[in-house]
Amino acid sequence: MKNAGLILLAVLVLFSGTAAAAKDELVVYSARKEHLIKDLFEKYEKEHGVKIKYITGKAAVLLQRILSEEENTNADILLTVDAGNLWHAAEKGVLSPVDSKVLSANIPSHYKDPANFWFGLSVRARTIVYNTHKVAKKDLSSYEALSGPPWKNRLVLRTSKKVYNQSLVAMLIAAQGEENTKEILDGWVSNLAAPPYSSDTKVLEAIAAGQGDVGIVNTYYYGRLMKKNPELPLGIFWADQGEADKGVHVNVSGAGVVKYSQNRAQAIKFLEWLSAVDAQKIFADANMEYPVNKAVTPHSYVQGWGDFKESTLNLAEAGRLQAQAIKLMDMAGYK
Amino acid sequence: MSLSVDHIHKKHKGNLVVAQDICFTIEKGELGALIGPSGCGKTTLLRMIAGFETPDSGSISINGQEMVSSGRNLSPDRRHTGMVFQDYALFPHLTVMENIRFGPVKSKRSHLDKLIRITGLLGSEKKYPHELSGGQQQRVALARALAPRPALLLMDEPFSNLDVSLRESLSEEVRFILREFDTTGLLVTHNQHEAFAMADRIGVMKDGRLLQWDTAQTLYSHPVSADVAGFVGEGSFIRGHRSASGSVETLIGSFADQGKNENYSAGITLFVRPEDVFLDHKSPFKARLIKSHFRGPGRLHTFELDSKDQFTCLTTCPIPLDLDQEYGISICNRHVSMFDIAR
Amino acid sequence: MISSIKKQSGFIISGSIALVTLAPVLFILVSGFYAESDIWIHLRQYVLPDLLKNTAVLIAGVIFTTAVLGISLAWLTSFHEFRGRRLFEKLLLFPLAIPAYVMAFIYTGLFDFSGPIQTGIRSHFPVLAGYFPEIRSSWGVIMVISLSIFPYVFLMASQGFRSMGKSMVEASQSLGSGRFFTLFRVTIPMAKPWIFGGLILVFMETLADFGAVSVFNYDTFTTGVYKAWYGFFSINAASQLASILVVIVLVIFSAESYFRRKQQFFNKGNHQPMVRNPLSGGGSVLAIGYCSLVFFMAFVIPVGQLVIWAKGVFQIEMSSHYFRLLANTFLLGIMGMGFTMAVAVVLAYSGRTMNDIKTGIAAKLSLAGYALPGTVLAVGIINVVAQLDKVFSDLLNLAGFQVSSGVLNGSLLLLPFCYMVRFLTAGYNPVFSNMTRITASMDEAATLMKVSGLTLLSKIHLPLIRRGIMTGSILVLVEIIKEMPVTLMLRPFGWDTLAVKIFELTSEGEWERAALPAITLVVAGMVPILFLSIVGRKRY
Repeated sequence: MKNAGLILLAVLVLFSGTAAAAKDELVVYSARKEHLIKDLFEKYEKEHGVKIKYITGKAAVLLQRILSEEENTNADILLTVDAGNLWHAAEKGVLSPVDSKVLSANIPSHYKDPANFWFGLSVRARTIVYNTHKVAKKDLSSYEALSGPPWKNRLVLRTSKKVYNQSLVAMLIAAQGEENTKEILDGWVSNLAAPPYSSDTKVLEAIAAGQGDVGIVNTYYYGRLMKKNPELPLGIFWADQGEADKGVHVNVSGAGVVKYSQNRAQAIKFLEWLSAVDAQKIFADANMEYPVNKAVTPHSYVQGWGDFKESTLNLAEAGRLQAQAIKLMDMAGYK
Repeated sequence: MSLSVDHIHKKHKGNLVVAQDICFTIEKGELGALIGPSGCGKTTLLRMIAGFETPDSGSISINGQEMVSSGRNLSPDRRHTGMVFQDYALFPHLTVMENIRFGPVKSKRSHLDKLIRITGLLGSEKKYPHELSGGQQQRVALARALAPRPALLLMDEPFSNLDVSLRESLSEEVRFILREFDTTGLLVTHNQHEAFAMADRIGVMKDGRLLQWDTAQTLYSHPVSADVAGFVGEGSFIRGHRSASGSVETLIGSFADQGKNENYSAGITLFVRPEDVFLDHKSPFKARLIKSHFRGPGRLHTFELDSKDQFTCLTTCPIPLDLDQEYGISICNRHVSMFDIAR
Repeated sequence: MISSIKKQSGFIISGSIALVTLAPVLFILVSGFYAESDIWIHLRQYVLPDLLKNTAVLIAGVIFTTAVLGISLAWLTSFHEFRGRRLFEKLLLFPLAIPAYVMAFIYTGLFDFSGPIQTGIRSHFPVLAGYFPEIRSSWGVIMVISLSIFPYVFLMASQGFRSMGKSMVEASQSLGSGRFFTLFRVTIPMAKPWIFGGLILVFMETLADFGAVSVFNYDTFTTGVYKAWYGFFSINAASQLASILVVIVLVIFSAESYFRRKQQFFNKGNHQPMVRNPLSGGGSVLAIGYCSLVFFMAFVIPVGQLVIWAKGVFQIEMSSHYFRLLANTFLLGIMGMGFTMAVAVVLAYSGRTMNDIKTGIAAKLSLAGYALPGTVLAVGIINVVAQLDKVFSDLLNLAGFQVSSGVLNGSLLLLPFCYMVRFLTAGYNPVFSNMTRITASMDEAATLMKVSGLTLLSKIHLPLIRRGIMTGSILVLVEIIKEMPVTLMLRPFGWDTLAVKIFELTSEGEWERAALPAITLVVAGMVPILFLSIVGRKRY
């Protein structure tokens, strides 16, 4: 019996995770997919000699994991693909604020948390796409306009369960208030040409095939699809560009330092590196996104979509109003 | 005629004949039995009558209706036969009552009650088969098969899984039940005593052939072939030859030729039952005692002749004899059977 | 005292297992009590009614469809003989290798408005265009999920049918029931425990599925759980909903035990193997056609599509990385399978020797993990582990070792443990139904021969239930290979599996690139399934 117990203990230790991160190691919990971060991380390793271990997963899951692990957590940095997730992470006390001149200089204020808990690292726009055979640019104006009668049976949307839509609606609430937003949602739902799709790519394909005429997607999905099939009859339209309008809804993929990180100094250095010109170019271009650092020009392909006025509402609102957004969408029957 | 089997023939793959030109009939209300060594084809024959196997040729009729003939092969569920399987095949997921009522014919309550009473299953209706003893299960199988009032009841080694005393009492009960319901039956068993006790007519089978179909008594005292003789009851074969005078000469005596064969040069063998062999110190014919043991109330002695043929003698006298001694033997003439040795 | 402990040993064992597997479930149940009421109120008013309706429709539809498919195909291949029968018995198991979410994105891709089928109809038969049904509807998701899991019912029903012996059917026929009635009065009822075992697997998998229903954007209870978690960031509200799932499953288990009670389904005694009814002409054509159609829809179409896509991206995706993924997948699979089956056998065995109510309940409780969606269960486990880790690190610190991070957390052993809690049911059911074959008199005979304990287990019992163990092992292995949410959440660094890779790519809409890991996963799953069909061949 004793022998068995000793063996069991040995096995446990052998397989255990007690390999605490050494001084020149960083652990990143990333909701951003591996193929978008692998090369970047390896570059950092080469340049700075700091090994980066990372696991990918869903944002809420990673967050929950850090929450459960508490002081024993391995994580140094939490990297997500939506500001809402970051706001919630800060809200749950998982992140700690970072006071960094570099980060403040490189990143515009509406792309980071006002209290410095998290920092956006790349920007994606969520705007209107349309079927070029059926719709002319002059027919389009704002997100709100899509809820009107002219668009009956012509609208294709992604599911309300996706955080990108939740953030969009949250920002609408921030700009227009709950009541107006609810009306917009009701209008959208009644204009749907088909039940909401589970992905932006499918939305784009449906519009191209003619099931609907307009939709709302993230710009990089548009970019990816058009790269594969350049002949698709799809066009991008920057919403809310009017004088009185707030501008296109944007969101960030960003990161924060985990409160119980054991490598805080390294983590901050890494974030600063990510906000600098070299890294920014790679980070954004890998996914056809826009860099946060205004000193960096976006990829020419992305630039080809044209300039636009972007909304400067602080993205912390996306997180703060997310629950409300979801409730409104449920009430409107937007699946 | 309740069951009529006509020239049934069946061959398995590879030329193995499992039924060779079988013919027999059973009258209404009678119980027939098929006995024979393992592999003789009796179960296959039973299954052909039930409809689970198809003969190559021949016909089978039940109560005048043709079940099997050259153009026709009625499926088992349409044949009005009931069957008791060797492993009973009770439905384990149903209660006793549900098993018995399984047949589609809506049996009258009174009929079912009578069945249950007669088979001694009163009180067990709600039990499941696994809660019953072997004997009880067998009775359920019987009741279930009888419930739809079949024209013919077939039984495949129904008692083989039971112990001796149960076997005897149950076989009597079964006979009684069949008479009560005036049901014709056919039983397959490897146990002759059972067959003798229950059946009106018995058929002895070997290698797919029906050797003899007769009453028990006839089979015993007048077997038509050496195979039948050797299979039914006990007995011994003693070789002999025909003499010019027309008698049959053996080392144990001289007997009148029973005239079964015209070919005088053929060898002949005698078949003698132990109870027809007597110790006779006056007899000129002698044999040497090689074995002897008590068989209540008397003894069973085994003798050997100079020809190396052996035979047994059953006495009522319990006094042991000396081994290796020669004793005088005489045979009761009337009960001897004779068979020609085939060339 | 020792003897009374020994007597209770069965209960102690199954009780301990239940405690261990239930701990994460219990955590979920408990946190459900702390749910924020405003979220719960909102869910109840706007979300729950639809969820319940959809879930009920989905479950009823899938159970019905898989029952019809599974039982009819099992009946066809167990009791009849026709050309290709042996082949189909193997082929019809292959759909198990395809995860439901893969089946889902392939079918929606094919039959959506923008997919090739509808596009083709629009260009060649424009008249029909408006009439094509929407695949993203309840019947679509029912069909897709059914196609991916009907083999459970097929497999279990086949085993049930084959264990029957021919005299049952003949007895029924001799009592006047034709083939058709016999099927419904004898054959199917006697296979009930097996069929039920298969349907329970179907039920729980459907209930816990998240991937496939997400593709269809079909809202079920499980998507509600994730909405509460990912959307409202309330793990407590999520737990509350998840607890309802557990309660539903436990109710079903109890109902089944209650109704089964005294019935027995296995007939002890000699069994002549079933004689097959040969089919010819029209019957044979129908049989072959039916089997082919099901196989075509459940396997050929999805795999064909995957191959077409994979060919296109082969150059880009293929790398040495793939072998690492494959190795990880198998390693984790085998570790999980070993652990799960060990526990399953112990549990089944303890339940058997005791045969009383409380052991039975303990056994059933252990299976509850299957009802929880993977990630929710993982959260439960993470929390249990975190608590244990705290204890461990405190102890180790006391002992003088400086530990700053978790011992169990991040450990490779965590995953197999999680798989065990998750898939114990799939391993337990086949073993348990096999155990009914070990009769008490066999045990008694063994005792007389002075064989007991481990020898008894290994020399006599194990060979008898070997088939059940093999079936269970293979089912569990295939499940683990396909498993995604738990693996995604709990894998240590560098331990990505094929399923994780597929998720990464499909969640970004990269269907074509996902085809390569997907086809690899299907092939990986087919290997154990082939084993399974060989095991099924052997006679009792």
